[in-house]
Amino acid sequence: MLVIHCPYCGPRPELEFRHCGQAHIARPLDPSAQTADEWGEYLYLRENPKGMHAERWRHMHGCGRFFNALRDTTTDFFVTTYKCGEPRPAVSGTAPAGGQR
Amino acid sequence: MSEWFAKSAAQAALTDVPEGRRWVLRGGDAALAAAGAAFGASLPAQAGGVARVAGTPRAALWLGPDEIWLGTSMDDGAALEAALQTGLAAHAHSLVDISHRNVALELSGTHAAWLLNSLCPLELTLEAFPVDTVTRTLFSKAEIVLWRTGEHSFQIVLGRSFRGYVSGLLAEVSRELAAA
Repeated sequence: MLVIHCPYCGPRPELEFRHCGQAHIARPLDPSAQTADEWGEYLYLRENPKGMHAERWRHMHGCGRFFNALRDTTTDFFVTTYKCGEPRPAVSGTAPAGGQR
Repeated sequence: MSEWFAKSAAQAALTDVPEGRRWVLRGGDAALAAAGAAFGASLPAQAGGVARVAGTPRAALWLGPDEIWLGTSMDDGAALEAALQTGLAAHAHSLVDISHRNVALELSGTHAAWLLNSLCPLELTLEAFPVDTVTRTLFSKAEIVLWRTGEHSFQIVLGRSFRGYVSGLLAEVSRELAAA
């Protein structure tokens, strides 16, 4: 089982968490000024990278808080977790295969 | 309660905790400080922290950065509720009575942590989960609030309708103790 570091509670078993999609997607400030394509892009288009991915997670069965995580999609390695509102940490390269933290 | 297979109560015992009063308190720092003054002890600020008021059944449990459970006995309930409402009147907050939502079980004995770990992946060693630590977590499919009240005793607060499910699973796991 993976151990995920909640920024509020510390290391916890992965069963307590829920994946909530890609992080850092800002809602347009004026939706009515958007074209249909722009709005559709905001609603539905998401990245599907092979490698480092910034994602939202929720500590559903713990403190209940949303937070962001950097995860390598090829190794399932959680490089770091950080609170919502904080910028995406600069991480280069890929995480080691089979790693856990 | 389902049939229990532990060899003795010292090994493992599961009992009901008497019904009490519970509230969920949410609010900013000012509201939490005011609530602490009305409660009789500073509310826990550390993750998993527990604050008790000496000589009373009152206990405050940290469940999230702005979520605190306040608990006390039935007898003390009205007095605490009145004190909280007076103390919090000037602050934006949410205080919800959840007394009827949950029941509490007490699991004690030298094998209490072992029984829990059969269906709960949380690390329950004394180093990782010391006495008077509390957290919401999962026991099999049921969401529980787990509070370590002593080295070998845990209070499990759970939804009323999950009581039979959780106590039944614990009883089932206790077959291992009979076999060992």
